[in-house]
Amino acid sequence: MTLDIQNIRGQFPVLDQEVNGKPLIYLDNAATTQKPKVVLEALSSYYTHDNSNIHRGAHTLADRATRTYEKTRAAVRAFLNAKEEEEIIFTKGTTEGINLVASTFGRKFIKEGDEIIISNLEHHSNIVPWQMLCEEKGAILKIIPINDKGEILMDEFYKLLTEKTKLVSIVHASNALGTINPIEEIISKAHQVGAKVLIDGAQSSAHLDIDVQTLDCDFFVMSAHKIYGPTGLGVLYGKREMLEAMPPYQGGGEMIKEVTFEKTTYNEIPFKFEAGTPNIADVIAFQKAIEFVNELGKANIRAHEESLLAYAAEKLASIKGFIPVGTATKKVSVLSFLINGMHPFDVGMMLDASGIAVRTGHHCTQPLMNRFNLEGTVRASFSVYNTKEEVDRLVESVSKIAKLKNK
Amino acid sequence: MTDIKQVQEEIIDEFTILEGDRESTIFYIMELGNKLSNYPEEARLDENLIKGCQSKVWLTTEEKSGKVIFKADSNTDITKGLISLLIRVLSERSPKEIIDADLYFIEKIGMGNILGSQRSNGLAAMIKQMKLYALAYQSKLNV
Repeated sequence: MTLDIQNIRGQFPVLDQEVNGKPLIYLDNAATTQKPKVVLEALSSYYTHDNSNIHRGAHTLADRATRTYEKTRAAVRAFLNAKEEEEIIFTKGTTEGINLVASTFGRKFIKEGDEIIISNLEHHSNIVPWQMLCEEKGAILKIIPINDKGEILMDEFYKLLTEKTKLVSIVHASNALGTINPIEEIISKAHQVGAKVLIDGAQSSAHLDIDVQTLDCDFFVMSAHKIYGPTGLGVLYGKREMLEAMPPYQGGGEMIKEVTFEKTTYNEIPFKFEAGTPNIADVIAFQKAIEFVNELGKANIRAHEESLLAYAAEKLASIKGFIPVGTATKKVSVLSFLINGMHPFDVGMMLDASGIAVRTGHHCTQPLMNRFNLEGTVRASFSVYNTKEEVDRLVESVSKIAKLKNK
Repeated sequence: MTDIKQVQEEIIDEFTILEGDRESTIFYIMELGNKLSNYPEEARLDENLIKGCQSKVWLTTEEKSGKVIFKADSNTDITKGLISLLIRVLSERSPKEIIDADLYFIEKIGMGNILGSQRSNGLAAMIKQMKLYALAYQSKLNV
């Protein structure tokens, strides 16, 4: 099925504006996607009609809010094909999901001398929590190196993997380069030595089909705002046996069964990990984002984005001074680049002046930038609402900017 | 030689021609940056970096017959362009002139608006550092 992109664009009010006197071209989708009307309306409707605290209230509004909130959990279960709704924990985002696992799984299962494996492609959220855990526990963090195209070296991964490996935490798709990692193989090899696997799906979940049962990963984390949903919300999927074995994350309301000053017993999953009043409105609106994606179909979204990426890569390659960064064979729709002789900040500011929003800098992946000996890159990332015409304007602007230093 | 106020007026006139068009303004600033290239290689040291800038900015000074001469460089052309404007206004002035300088041209040419908050902070850090150098020379000259 070919998507009707103009119709889709019509559902995103934010796209219909001028920036610096030029029509906005939003190519910073890897940072966050824009929100369709259905999501915006769900937010407004919740506060207008249903606002109420969930899971406790005895009144109609509380009941309505609770049921709608839990419907999103069901939608997320289906979105990831988890076995049970109890395996879906709402978090603040990918970062909190990783921190939750680092604190609770880490507290219980990581001892001195144990090893945790991550890769050179990770963003800071999938580096720092493990560094903190390793420092606390006397465990060792090992890094899978990558090649010049930005692909994980699987042979090196096999060498790092030993009986001491307790956890492999790996990004599904790189936010800085777009590389899609062979996670099926990583998961299966890690399991052979008895290690658990966390997949960081922040960048992949909007584009790739996710089936946590087929993947057999132990944890999967993602953010709502990169899938057309609200900010400040994410999901941690964990296998039931893992979540049950892990201690609670934060103490407070909702996560308890019974509290006395002598002893507290904890609630069942998923509530054990959802202390306090949750982000109710955003959770409710997230369901609309999932429906939006499901209706379009990930395969269709992917096909459109892939065609934009291929078109952009080809057109930009002909510009003198254009240097692509990250040329993995399998990629999501992320195009990182440099212009010879120019700092990424300058390129970003000049693109912004012509109404084009891109990300510049290290993309919160400083060790990855160090690997390529770069301070940063310019990153254009495409979403379902972007068009070929927008790519043409990007190419035109990049070409004009490149000419300043590459005559 | 023209005073600080006159140089600022000249700059404001130059930018007026660009009619506030963001694209032309940024391209113009970059061109100015490209022309700033007399920074000595041996002074590209970490100790000469200005703290508080997102991009790298090196700044050094020397004093010649009571005037402060600034030299600066950056790893980004836009920042270099901004520095070239500051140097045009503040270099080869007496310490007192630099300390007392009211740099109203920055606001007049709409720079705050164009730079955004991050880079505006960087610009403020550059000015602060230039004034600190002037202050140091002043106390030295007064001894």
